[in-house]
Amino acid sequence: MTEAITLQTPLSDGDVEKLHAGNRVLLNGVLYTARDAAHKRLHELLQAGKPLPVDLRGQVIYYTGPTPAKPGRVIGSAGPTTSGRMDVYTPALIAYGLKGMIGKGPRSQDVLDAMKHYKAVYFGATGGAGALLARRIKKAEIVAYEDLGPEAIYRLEVEDFPVIVINDVRGRDLYAEGVRAYAKT
Amino acid sequence: MREIKASDITAVVAELCMRANYELGDDVHDALEDALAREESPLGKDVLSQLLENAEIARSEQVPMCQDTGVAVVFAELGQDVHITGGSLSEAINTGVAKGYSEGYLRKSVVGHPLERKNTGDNTPAVIYTETVPGDRLKITVAAKGAGGENMSGISMLKPSDGAEGVKRFVVETVKAAGANPCPPIIVGVGIGGAMEKAALLAKKALLRRIGEHNANPADAELERELLRLVNDTGIGPAGLGGRMTALAVNVETYPCHIGSLPVAVNIQCHAARYKEVML
Repeated sequence: MTEAITLQTPLSDGDVEKLHAGNRVLLNGVLYTARDAAHKRLHELLQAGKPLPVDLRGQVIYYTGPTPAKPGRVIGSAGPTTSGRMDVYTPALIAYGLKGMIGKGPRSQDVLDAMKHYKAVYFGATGGAGALLARRIKKAEIVAYEDLGPEAIYRLEVEDFPVIVINDVRGRDLYAEGVRAYAKT
Repeated sequence: MREIKASDITAVVAELCMRANYELGDDVHDALEDALAREESPLGKDVLSQLLENAEIARSEQVPMCQDTGVAVVFAELGQDVHITGGSLSEAINTGVAKGYSEGYLRKSVVGHPLERKNTGDNTPAVIYTETVPGDRLKITVAAKGAGGENMSGISMLKPSDGAEGVKRFVVETVKAAGANPCPPIIVGVGIGGAMEKAALLAKKALLRRIGEHNANPADAELERELLRLVNDTGIGPAGLGGRMTALAVNVETYPCHIGSLPVAVNIQCHAARYKEVML
């Protein structure tokens, strides 16, 4: 398999356009976590034309709700949650300037269209590898919506966080291509 | 009459919650190793290796395998001759869940009302099923059930004329629709018969079986083998990225049902089948 591409966040349009479905990427820098409840709030703010609690332009959102950190650790287990649940909130975030998302599972056509139009990329992290992935998180702090507990927005600092490009700006879909290659029905 | 203290129930439930989340069963571990050997997709092999490494980290460091430490689904088989003292069974279980999820640094993933959606803060209440059985023991099984697989589950009220072919179609459709979402390789629980809710419960109970064990009824065991083949033919593979190992097992449980019904439920479990049991 080909070598991984090392990328630093925040991401530019150029960074995003260079990526192809199937590329392995090692992400470095800041990621922001957000899942269902936080996305609902962010979406309501965007609809009302109000500022977000965190400037997400150029940034990458990681769909995760971590377990609490054991004493002496940065974070608990933190693997990806199912991205599809955030689909309805995502096109507006991409239009606003979000450049990348990390999760697992396929995205809706609306999300893919927004990614193509505004230049954003969707990465997959290995579902279920919460303890393994947490090792790449070097710093974690809640920056918004602390009342949401595990669904709060965390600012993470990551080192070589391993992901794979699922959807690129050209409309390719790694899930569809993979299943086609191995399906016997 | 044998007495069992509510406080003892609380203590074991707390322990089971933690162990279920930290320690993958040896049968699941072996099934993942087997899948790794048989997988043809290089990406698929890579995913399986990561999952095995992840399980080892979780076990040795006593941390959760997955951030979704789930809702606690608790099965209590209560012997008819047991007398529980010092509190109610359900309170003892819920106190145990709160304790286990707090002391075990597990995630609090329960909202108090499905529409209001305010986190209860302690992962209670658990979903509890109590069955009365002969004898004087209390068997408790705690299953940590995450949303990934659960959300991809489904139920269909088939017609008797749909038959086994109809069942196979529904199971495969459900698995295909799920794709990558339930973190394949999955374990598929299939419940057939009973009434609508019974079929769903059968499907969940089907997940509490050691991988490699088949239904005692030869026809149902054959259906399990056929379904596993059909599911793996979908090509979904580990992490849904394409491959030959989409499911580690398909388990079927059946129950008598109405002459006019054929209820089929499919409960999808991710590869991390996390459940532990104890006999009090």
